[in-house]
Amino acid sequence: MARHRGRGVATINYPIGMNLGGDPSQALVHSNPTGKFTVALSSIDLGQGMKSVTRQICAETLGVPVEDVYVDTADSDTGPHCMGSFASRGTHRVGNAVMVAAREARAVMMEAAAEELEVDPGDLETDGKGNIRVKGAPHRSISVRDVAIAAQFRQGKTISGRGIFLVPLSDVDPETGEMSPATCYAHACLIAEVEVDDETGDVTVVKMTSAYEIGRAINPRLVEQQLVGGAWMGMSHALYETPEPYYPDTRNGPRDFNEYLMPGPGDICPHDIIVLERPAPDGPFGAKGPGEMCANPVLPAIANAVFNAVGVRIDELPITPEKILRAIKARGGAAGAGRTR
Amino acid sequence: MLEFRKDIFADERDDNLQEVGQPTQRQDMLGHVTGTSPYYDDHRFANLLHLKILRSPHAHARIRSIDDSAAARAPGVKRIIRAADVPVNLNTLLSLIQFGKDDEPSLATDVVRYKGEPILGIVATSERAALEALALVRVSYDQLPAVFDVEEALKPGAPSVNATYPKNTFEYYGKYDHQKVRFGDVEAAFKQADIVVEDRYQMSPIEHAPTETNGSIAVPDTNGRFIVYTSTQALFFSLDTSAKINAVQSNQLHFIGGTVGGGFGGKVDTLTEPLSILAARLTGAPVRYRFGRHEEMQFGSPRGAERIYIKDGVMKDGRIVARQARAYFDSGAYTRLSSYAVVKCAAHIPGPYTIPNVHADIYCVFTNRTPATAMRGFGVTALDFALECQMDKLATAVGMDPLEFRILNAYRDGDMKAHRREAKNCALIECAQVAAEKANWPLRDEFRRMSSRQGGTHERAGVADRTRTPILVPAAKPAPADGTDRTRPIVTPPVPAAPQRIAYERPAPPPPAGTAPPPPPPRSAPPPPPAPAGSTHGAARFSSVFGTRRR
Repeated sequence: MARHRGRGVATINYPIGMNLGGDPSQALVHSNPTGKFTVALSSIDLGQGMKSVTRQICAETLGVPVEDVYVDTADSDTGPHCMGSFASRGTHRVGNAVMVAAREARAVMMEAAAEELEVDPGDLETDGKGNIRVKGAPHRSISVRDVAIAAQFRQGKTISGRGIFLVPLSDVDPETGEMSPATCYAHACLIAEVEVDDETGDVTVVKMTSAYEIGRAINPRLVEQQLVGGAWMGMSHALYETPEPYYPDTRNGPRDFNEYLMPGPGDICPHDIIVLERPAPDGPFGAKGPGEMCANPVLPAIANAVFNAVGVRIDELPITPEKILRAIKARGGAAGAGRTR
Repeated sequence: MLEFRKDIFADERDDNLQEVGQPTQRQDMLGHVTGTSPYYDDHRFANLLHLKILRSPHAHARIRSIDDSAAARAPGVKRIIRAADVPVNLNTLLSLIQFGKDDEPSLATDVVRYKGEPILGIVATSERAALEALALVRVSYDQLPAVFDVEEALKPGAPSVNATYPKNTFEYYGKYDHQKVRFGDVEAAFKQADIVVEDRYQMSPIEHAPTETNGSIAVPDTNGRFIVYTSTQALFFSLDTSAKINAVQSNQLHFIGGTVGGGFGGKVDTLTEPLSILAARLTGAPVRYRFGRHEEMQFGSPRGAERIYIKDGVMKDGRIVARQARAYFDSGAYTRLSSYAVVKCAAHIPGPYTIPNVHADIYCVFTNRTPATAMRGFGVTALDFALECQMDKLATAVGMDPLEFRILNAYRDGDMKAHRREAKNCALIECAQVAAEKANWPLRDEFRRMSSRQGGTHERAGVADRTRTPILVPAAKPAPADGTDRTRPIVTPPVPAAPQRIAYERPAPPPPAGTAPPPPPPRSAPPPPPAPAGSTHGAARFSSVFGTRRR
């Protein structure tokens, strides 16, 4: 009886947004009279960071500090339509809508500033610190706060913008499946290292190493949160979870977390992640979206690592100790492929 | 640990940004860590009523009679909600985008089709009173034969699960029981292939297991409106679904949500809002309908099971020349969103690889289990599991390193994909190279030098006629001075400018019965541009994926 080590790999891509498109999102951006901006959305923050991603995109586009932007979301009376928070669409679809709205608001802000400074709007730039200045003459400057006050109370301008982003709905050819499913794809490669106990069938995930190409990391901490959490979910899908343990037999379904198996803190393994950014031509600052894909490569990488460790292929999820032991028995014993490197 | 490789694709990026790319603390962090972020169930109301649902104990049964007279007299009970009380009882979620037919009742009428299907609701002054009253309802059933296996459900004589789709399959384009992918000629390619590998993969259902279970509170507002606090992942989707089922105008509903305790796809189905609104309308009081953990695990829709068969043809040099897939999505008793995932799955085949001959049939199948729904990676997760396990088996079969085997077959900019769009903005090869380097997984030099940006062509999606002598030609672009890709043999037919896969000298696939095949373009034609999104196809084609357009 022994514990066998093995490594497995998977490479995947993932489409961004609803398949075939046709899933619009809108955004409204406006300034209050003292130059603080509100983004109104109806998108949902499930914990993935919807509010923070759109806040940073809005601040970057307006050219103001992120502290001067607040995202108010998910009130159907004030937030314009959004298809929803799913299909890895938040950053790409909603981010684009926010960019469009913020550009429109910025144009009014620059016009108002130009009127105050008595210059052409095209000669102005933002400094990202809350000021608007004449290009090449930074001493000729006005704060966004003063611009907003002037726009509201003297010029009668509304510093606001509307945005929508829509990938038009694609047809599907019923005969061939010809279609335009997505405008951009994120990519990943994940290598999992496991240890398999040939006496108990237990699998321990020892280490994961991954590379994710996600267009642009709007916020690296939120990206890390997604990729680490997603890998945990992938591990859980691979080895533990199902409400029907003997599918398609419906019996023995779990009723609570005492019966529904998931990995605990002690099962989490070191995970080295490398992020690549190949901007999507139609993404906000090139961003795609890491939300859904980060669970996907873990499942096959672990399955392939189990094969590498003990020489059995488990093609039915989850890869339970019972399935591993039965397969080892059928094989006449555990024997790794000798590829543990 | 997370690190960046900013050197890769640097020439395609503007890194001169101020706020984008910063690890800014999340806007809602303080609220989350101090427990003050408002979730739907944090809203408190005087005289709140509670809705609980009677669920079917059988997987398939005819309801003979329901006696709720004792329950109606039970302490604390304010109202019993029956199927007849629901203004528009039959619905399908994707009717909002005109996809599919109404097939699922909010409350079952004559037949229950899965264990846990809602039959009747009780609104009471406490959850306990509602649950105790539910125990007093007497329902008499005639049990019916049930089917739980997707392939059994397709056999002649199988029990019919869903009255709207009596053959147990969702209907595509008004004529097919599955979604097709047809690209090249897999049968001819299997004959050419040195090795053919075929296997079966199965993913069981998976529970979303959110910390916060599904739920909503509907509160009567002034002027005939209702405020709805909800855990939904899709605010307007749930609002419009609730408006349809309740037969009210959308502006009579004011949905408030936005901070949700985990969704993962399990909070799109609008499982609670229509009935909490109906209960609030019928009682004039605020009503909460929230799932318990048992309800969430067994009767809240899970990630559906998928069964996938894959057959691949591969050459000894490692090129995959054919991939055939047949997949069955277990939708459970009703459609919900599985019909959509089938098309997404078809779009994902054959994975991020350039394969010249691809054939797939994907089915959305009804069985007598809890309806399935979206979950993280919907339509793709199980397929990726199957494809990537299969890729390992192919690598073993041809004696290649599994990572080098993937890099060899990875799609590149300019390749033609099976859904007939040109690949662009690819980065699979780079991900593989970077992960291998970090994990000390040895790659040979030629694989370390390959690039997603070089060597991709429409021709790569074609396979040479093996009766001819393959010709080794350099990549279409002049080989770079550093020797990148020079070692890569690209087998192409003798006519270098052949524009499109169909132009290769292979026997054309037989036309499907009753349809005219598109004429093959002349060999000298320029490469066809990808059709713009939303373009109209020829008259022989359906106008839209939405074959059963309703409005």
